[in-house]
Amino acid sequence: MEGRQAGKESKPSSVSVDLQGDSSLQVEISDAVSERDKVKFTVQTKSCLPHFTQLEFSVVRQHEEFIWLHDAYVENEEYAGLIIPPAPPRPDFEASREKLQKLGEGDSSITREEFAKMKQELEAEYLAIFKKTVAMHEVFLQRLAAHPTLRRDHNFFVFLEYGQDLSVRGKNRKELLGGYLRNIVKSADEALITRMSGLKEVDDFFEHERTFLLEYHTRIRDACLRADRVMYSHKCLADDYIPISAALNSLGVQEVNQLKMSFLKLAEFFERLRKLEGRVASDEDLKLSDMLRYYMRDSQAAKDLLYRRLRALADYENANKALDKARTRNREVRTAESHQQRCCQRFERLSDSAKQELMDFKSRRVISFRKNLIELAELELKHAKASTLLLWNTLLTLKGEP
Amino acid sequence: MSAPVIFDRSREEIEEEANGDVFDIEIGVSDPEKVGDGMNAYMAYRVTTKTSLSMFSKSEFSVKRRFSDFLGLHSKLASKYLHVGYIVPPAPEKSIVGMTKVKVGKEDSSSTEFVEKRRAALERYLQRTVKHPTLLQDPDLRQFLESSELPRAVNTQALSGAGILRMVNKAADAVNKMTIKMNESDAWFEEKQQQFENLDQQLRKLHASVEALVCHRKELSANTAAFAKSAAMLGNSEDHTALSRALSQLAEVEEKIDQLHQEQAFADFYMFSELLSDYIRLIAAVKGVFDHRMKCWQKWEDAQITLLKKRETEAKMMVANKPDKIQQAKNEIREWEAKVQQGERDFEQISKTIRKEVGRFEKERVKDFKTVIIKYLESLVQTQQQLIKYWEAFLPEAKAIA
Repeated sequence: MEGRQAGKESKPSSVSVDLQGDSSLQVEISDAVSERDKVKFTVQTKSCLPHFTQLEFSVVRQHEEFIWLHDAYVENEEYAGLIIPPAPPRPDFEASREKLQKLGEGDSSITREEFAKMKQELEAEYLAIFKKTVAMHEVFLQRLAAHPTLRRDHNFFVFLEYGQDLSVRGKNRKELLGGYLRNIVKSADEALITRMSGLKEVDDFFEHERTFLLEYHTRIRDACLRADRVMYSHKCLADDYIPISAALNSLGVQEVNQLKMSFLKLAEFFERLRKLEGRVASDEDLKLSDMLRYYMRDSQAAKDLLYRRLRALADYENANKALDKARTRNREVRTAESHQQRCCQRFERLSDSAKQELMDFKSRRVISFRKNLIELAELELKHAKASTLLLWNTLLTLKGEP
Repeated sequence: MSAPVIFDRSREEIEEEANGDVFDIEIGVSDPEKVGDGMNAYMAYRVTTKTSLSMFSKSEFSVKRRFSDFLGLHSKLASKYLHVGYIVPPAPEKSIVGMTKVKVGKEDSSSTEFVEKRRAALERYLQRTVKHPTLLQDPDLRQFLESSELPRAVNTQALSGAGILRMVNKAADAVNKMTIKMNESDAWFEEKQQQFENLDQQLRKLHASVEALVCHRKELSANTAAFAKSAAMLGNSEDHTALSRALSQLAEVEEKIDQLHQEQAFADFYMFSELLSDYIRLIAAVKGVFDHRMKCWQKWEDAQITLLKKRETEAKMMVANKPDKIQQAKNEIREWEAKVQQGERDFEQISKTIRKEVGRFEKERVKDFKTVIIKYLESLVQTQQQLIKYWEAFLPEAKAIA
């Protein structure tokens, strides 16, 4: 199934990126095409920065290339003190495709109209997933472009400008392995961060942040999963109205008495209600689920920053111990001294930048939640009012009959 | 929570009754009370009658009845009126599983739900029965409503609503197997039978879809409640004061919305779903009545055939000149002529009764459906209006995040 992304207005975005008035580097995904098992994103850049050879240019990138870029940032020591924007999730149309296929193999007991409506619903679902994956990939790039340090990365320029593909695809096995290793490292980090290793935190700010982020991340993940389920139930409800409307229509067509009008009107009502209910589901998805999911990932990125800082602290402490030992033995004191100094400087550099990053994370989070919660409430109100109007009109017609 | 009273009628409504019949009797089934313990326990229901009809000695009175009493009433009415063409409303279904849970004292929500479902079904059953002008005159019905002590109905196995329907269906099958190609002189009957057949099919389809709706709405409620909890937890973790507050408010809103979904699921079931299942069983009774007419015709037809045979016998005897056998034949001929006449009268009577009954049934059906559809839509309006209230209260909270 093919899909095309066109125009900015049609992109849902639950995460707004504040460019802080700096338009010297603007990145967007201007087009996207979905093919059998991959999505091709057209990344368009507008920039007056000297690093680029043109003012405006586009390249085509696939998901793996975004991951490559993300990993490049994570592995770069220079950015150890920054929150690396979370990588976009892999485009996943599996479930949607399966459903469409199942519908095609279908059930002969449903009418042609029902079939058409169900197909329409599934296609809309596919399109929504497609738009979301585009938005996630776009937000990733836009956050990089907005960050004063991250935007100057060489790999970023290459990603944006280099016309050929980056030959990072087909590294699936490596990615997998990388994934396993990352998990092992992560457990060690978890031990660090949960104090099992006995590391002493020297800064109240970071102590608070550590406690906060650990709990916050778990709870937002929970909230995200449960929001997904609510959204799914709403969708099921909306889909239920399809056979109900069809059955009422058949009843109405067969009736010879006054119920004919009632059934037909009710059938029409359920069809309209279905569309409204569907919109409620998709708005909850965008404004609530997606937002929670994004900040779940972002809070993980913040946790990763804390891990890195703690590792630096551990290195610093070890360097101190090594220095003491060297001084006691009076052997290689200078080497130990310079190593200790380097560790100290690194740790302090990380701490300073981490502090700023974490404060930015908080304000970003608050702004985003505020915007989405307001929009959620406004949309829920809009749909409830529309439903009420629809109901009043239907009741008026039905009551008006003899 | 108790099921909505769908047959609630004000004094004014009763007086405005269209064709001038003063239908002035209201039945309520309430206060389910467990009597006894263990497997011999049963539920006793209070049956309250309010009426100004002169046939009753009091204007308001109540008695205690158990489920088997209702089945006993139905079996008596069915045995008296079904075979002459009256559409006797079927009694609610027996349920071994549901009742066992109640007997063994399971005080959980599923047995409360079961009892409530049954109470509402019994109430609707009685209301439909008393609405029938012929059945209302029946002394067994009066005894059921009025007398403080009722002889225990024995062997209710065969007397359950399902049992009666099985008998009716068996009769129908037997009739079909005889491959009666009934000389239908009246197209009305064939037409009506076809109509009811179609109606039955469509109602079953609709009922299945509505059952799915009820199920999904209950899931939505459960998922909303779970989300509310996780939103509250997230609010607790959030260290930005205003955002924390807003998230707690969101949790409260979602909790209230869960309550709304529960109430709506209730309405979905008791108004919509139960109406459909009542009519599916009512239509089975209607089909039964048509089948009784066929049986009646067959009886008449058989009598005519037998009469013919008796005449042939007489002729043979005349030829063989056997005077005593001739007399016997003449007697038999007289006997069978009377039977043929009775058969014809019975057939005409049942046909007439069915026409009247179907007319009355259709009128009731139209009224029933129209009333319930309107009540159901009004329940949906209520839900939407509450939603508006909740989100309107939440919006300023979201805007207050600073």
